[in-house]
Amino acid sequence: MTITRAGREKSVLLDVKGLKKYFPIRRGLLQKTVGHVKAVDDVTFFLNRGETLSLVGESGCGKTTTSRCILRAIAPTAGQVLLSDNGEVLDVATVPRSRLRSLRRQMQMIFQDPFSSLNPRMTLLDIVGEPLLVHGEGNAQERADRVVELLRLVGLRPEYMRRYPHAFSGGQRQRIGIARALALNPRLVVADEPVSALDVSVQAQILNLLLELQERLGLTYLFVAHDLSVVKHISERVAVMYVGRIVETAPTEELFASPKHPYTEALLSAVPKPDPRLRSERIILQGEVADPANTPPGCHFHPRCKYAQAVCREKSPVQEEIAPNHFVSCHRATELSLRGVARSIAL
Amino acid sequence: MQYDTKALLSVRNLRTSFFQDEGTTKAVDGASFDVFPGKTLGIVGESGCGKSVTAQSILRIVDHPGRIVEGEIVLTRADGSQTDLVKLKPNSREIRSIRGGDIGLIFQEPMTSFSPVHTVGAQLIEAVLLHSAVGRREARRRGIEALRSVGIPKPERRIDEYSFELSGGLRQRAMIAVALSCDPRLLIADEPTTALDVTTQAQILDLLRGIQQERGMAIMLITHNLGVVAEMADDVVVMYLGRVVEQGNVDDIFHDPKHPYTKALLQSIPSIESVPRVKLPTISGSIPHPFNRPKGCPFHPRCASSMAGRCDTEDPLLQAVGEGRKASCFLYQ
Repeated sequence: MTITRAGREKSVLLDVKGLKKYFPIRRGLLQKTVGHVKAVDDVTFFLNRGETLSLVGESGCGKTTTSRCILRAIAPTAGQVLLSDNGEVLDVATVPRSRLRSLRRQMQMIFQDPFSSLNPRMTLLDIVGEPLLVHGEGNAQERADRVVELLRLVGLRPEYMRRYPHAFSGGQRQRIGIARALALNPRLVVADEPVSALDVSVQAQILNLLLELQERLGLTYLFVAHDLSVVKHISERVAVMYVGRIVETAPTEELFASPKHPYTEALLSAVPKPDPRLRSERIILQGEVADPANTPPGCHFHPRCKYAQAVCREKSPVQEEIAPNHFVSCHRATELSLRGVARSIAL
Repeated sequence: MQYDTKALLSVRNLRTSFFQDEGTTKAVDGASFDVFPGKTLGIVGESGCGKSVTAQSILRIVDHPGRIVEGEIVLTRADGSQTDLVKLKPNSREIRSIRGGDIGLIFQEPMTSFSPVHTVGAQLIEAVLLHSAVGRREARRRGIEALRSVGIPKPERRIDEYSFELSGGLRQRAMIAVALSCDPRLLIADEPTTALDVTTQAQILDLLRGIQQERGMAIMLITHNLGVVAEMADDVVVMYLGRVVEQGNVDDIFHDPKHPYTKALLQSIPSIESVPRVKLPTISGSIPHPFNRPKGCPFHPRCASSMAGRCDTEDPLLQAVGEGRKASCFLYQ
């Protein structure tokens, strides 16, 4: 046990511990705080160097807020975001603002919407070169050379660098966004739904590009997505979130083949399979996702869980490692046998 | 008795174009297909393939500067008579009785399709009053019934709420309730679950299937999600750049696709059942700009089996390639 622990810690790039982000709800003339939206409520996970971890969950579960807290685009309410930087471990959540800029070299973001995330009045050269300018890298010529290199890297023709984003298709724009994220040679790339705004035939191109870049540059990805088939395709490990908490984290194949949390089981079963011969019995969850401003007591999932017992209504489950690298927060994790997605014949 | 086996709706050689200063966009360019009673027809394609404009053409709600240029859309009505919707004036009494009466419509975005300043009930009751000769009280009773039938809890209370007070899933249910309030024989669902989460999507698809079984209504399901089509459809039409490139029953389309576009599309989607982190086969390039339509077969610049001198000059026709299936590709002609 100690050996695996030590081995793991050695390669950990990002270690998130007890992360919380509460947004106050203000009402009335004096804007008194009457409650909190617990967008992220005690999230703990780690990310190894060179791997891809996906955060999945339905809208409103806190996956985007988590990723933004990690980059400190918003300040977390509590918790630690430990990033190893050349042997030194820094807490992104609390480092003074003066150190933030140099820290952000290490972590960059790819956004969901390739239309609104690129300034329409800037050329490709300006867009991709901007991170270099902000961080004071090189002179104009050196920056232009680097932009050429980056555009080639993401499969765009450098001749286009004087053009504006409107001249490019959705897939090409997403490539521009990726080039910009890679400009400073970051270690950690946070990709927030990078393919969900793209057409299916273009999605595959971008996913392949992300895999290829990871191999070539040794990048570490935190991949935020709601599409489970995309997640399965890109990640080594998957963390499933539900109403501000991570309910299950496991290596990809294991999570899909034998989920241990009832919510993961329901989520997997809800995904429509692109094969008419597999019209199977689906688990249809009743009711709605809990309101993060007014979470149910005990396990957040218990009102919709068909396996719920008295203890689930009273006590919050604690995250436990039930198999190597397989973490679950469920009181009944070890006794339930849940249905995963069978590996079937390829299409 | 005879029209029972016949198509409820037959679209023949439909062409809808948008005339703009920059040029003419042929959004739908010769689409033909049939919808049969009690069956679900899935229309799949990527953005810009003309699937939504096809639906708008059927209901005659194509926005200016768009216009149906050619074609027939024949609807068999409840009394057995046949009406060509293309010949009707877009604001005539007859098409207005068909819209929402014979044909119901569900949009993708339940948030923007409801008026935010009227209650859900007001919009539901309006639909009932328009299409049936009943009083206000009876209309309200039917409205509550409609909300109940789509699984909205406490419909007596919900009917007086505004659309923004409902969650995404409930809003889409309310939208379905409006579409179903006049017992349509055909329901056109344009990306009904795209804005929803997977678990909510599963609920809505289950609901649609239940209602179809109960009422024997036909569904025309427009989507880009191949998974949703595989789960729901009986027959599938695959569109690319305004044309039908392939059609057939759902099992044939997914297990024995004929057209290179269908094949490539099926291979390029990451599946929840595939092996992780293996490179996906891709379709090269991207969908051409509508002003920049390739000559010949619209798919030939991206097609792996494109034949020079044929695919880039001639137009392939949609022809039978087996029992009950058609494809428009020179590989089979």
